Amino acid sequence: MKYALFTGCVAKGAGRENLVATYLACEKLGIELVEMTDAACCGAGVINEDNPMVADILNARTFALAEAQGLDIMNICTTCQGVHRKAQRKFEGKPKHLARVNDELERDTGRRYKGAVKIKHFYEVLLNDYGLEKLKGKVVNPLSGLKLGAFYGCYATRPPEVNDLKNPDDPDELENLIEALGATPVRYDDRLKCCGFPIAMMNKPNSMQLGGNAILSAKQAGADAMVTPCPLCHLNLDAYQPDMESRVGRKLDMPILHIPQLVAMALGVSKEAVRLKTHIVRPTGLLAS
Amino acid sequence: MASKVTMRIQRFDPAVDEKPHDQDFEIELPAGITILKALNKVRAEKDPTLALRYSCGSAICGSCAMKVNGHARLACKTQVSDCTVDGVLRIAPMGNLKILRDLVVDMDPFFDSLGKAKPYLEAGNGSVPEFERKQRPEEFLQIDPSTTCILCAACYSDCNVLEVDDNFFGPATLAKAHRFIFDSRDVDTQARLRAVSKKTGVWDCTHCGECSTRCPTETKPLERIEEIRTKAMADGFHDNVGARHALGFRETVGKRGILDENYLPARSMGFFNLPGLLSLVPIGLRMMMRGKNPPLIPHKIDKLEEVKKTFARFEELRK
Repeated sequence: MKYALFTGCVAKGAGRENLVATYLACEKLGIELVEMTDAACCGAGVINEDNPMVADILNARTFALAEAQGLDIMNICTTCQGVHRKAQRKFEGKPKHLARVNDELERDTGRRYKGAVKIKHFYEVLLNDYGLEKLKGKVVNPLSGLKLGAFYGCYATRPPEVNDLKNPDDPDELENLIEALGATPVRYDDRLKCCGFPIAMMNKPNSMQLGGNAILSAKQAGADAMVTPCPLCHLNLDAYQPDMESRVGRKLDMPILHIPQLVAMALGVSKEAVRLKTHIVRPTGLLAS
Repeated sequence: MASKVTMRIQRFDPAVDEKPHDQDFEIELPAGITILKALNKVRAEKDPTLALRYSCGSAICGSCAMKVNGHARLACKTQVSDCTVDGVLRIAPMGNLKILRDLVVDMDPFFDSLGKAKPYLEAGNGSVPEFERKQRPEEFLQIDPSTTCILCAACYSDCNVLEVDDNFFGPATLAKAHRFIFDSRDVDTQARLRAVSKKTGVWDCTHCGECSTRCPTETKPLERIEEIRTKAMADGFHDNVGARHALGFRETVGKRGILDENYLPARSMGFFNLPGLLSLVPIGLRMMMRGKNPPLIPHKIDKLEEVKKTFARFEELRK
């Protein structure tokens, strides 16, 4: 199995542990990754608001780069994943628009996107391509006794037409993955809510309240830690957690894990190697072995 | 074929109940029945006191929005068979609005919020036309989606921001603002853009996508909010954190192909906004202590010149 790895910006910046863990997990699973060092930012839904055409050209370029290698794209950020899929659906539904985007892309880069690339998040690769049964067979350090609340984040579930969850209004995919790794999934009310990251600077009190509520919801349902496929959710829920505690008036003390960290540890990688120490809320006490 | 369904309906009677509670109704339902018809069957056969609001039964009047399995939907447009899980169908009133009784909520805050969008045409002081104010079909297409809103409040119910801040304009109100901002006959465009660019307006939307996912029409408020943001920036409304963030985002990606996470927060806050910049210090230090701060010399992508060419033609590519 081989994928073109789209790292996204955060995995190269404030969330490097996510990238490190991805490589370690994939190495254990025999999944080969070719990092797309020439791919540009997906635009995160922001460049799209400034100029939709530029955002479309950037994403068509990314797809064309993977296509030229004959590889499907693997994302490790649900925001990148959602933005990529949204662009792809737009291209599929509007061939004339894709032709125009391709003309612009060709003018700037000599490339064209033909439409053959599949775009998958790491967790989708595990669930659909690798298979949970096979994954279970590779688990050497089952995370038994650990109660984990999956935090899906917005882009993994909405809009429903751009993702492949069986039931985006009440998904099971991440819970199934948690179970396959030997831990116990905890379902809680706010698992599909927004973490507040997109408005952390525009309206910090609202952002902190959204994130604080989500953590509180997981805590009240008995989760020892939360796990997310989105490094932006991780960033808000982890790095801003002290501010969220002030906002909701409660100590939260909730470790927020990236999915690749969890997978890598279940496959026998040490917690030091997946850099749990870089988290603002360190998962001390958890994963003691 | 008929099947037995447990309709788990949230009940609340302010005269006797301290808080809402669920009540199960086991009921035989024919195939192809909508949730609205099933609820009326419950009223007819099980409990006539069950309160709900509905009118047309045809997804036009927008009266019967309620939560089905935790998410807002029109009861008249939703099939029981599509939502029943293990024989159970969960029904509750909409969120973000006070429950008056059972499935009936107080809609006043929703309708009041629409007023913030000045939901009427400002045609200026020119002469009043004899027949009508004309619009070309291509001009109408711009507001076609936002005119389809049926004011059902499904978006309001599930909006994540309204859950924590009822000062937020909310998705329906912003979609209504869109309907006039993009109306070729309206003369108040700039004042409208200024109003929605302020705090509690378009930039306070967190992009959760609930509004468009729950919207039963083509209004799709999130897409309309995005279009307002695009127009506001194109028309020069840059003096707010949201617009500066979007512009800064473009600047750094245009320069390096990848985001510069050190530059963007300061650019978003405004380089001369001292309180704003100081507010970034605690999180910056916190991340530095853990070695989580982005690299001081930011990355850039390979073959950067390709992306730079596209950004260099930026204005040409502006829609």
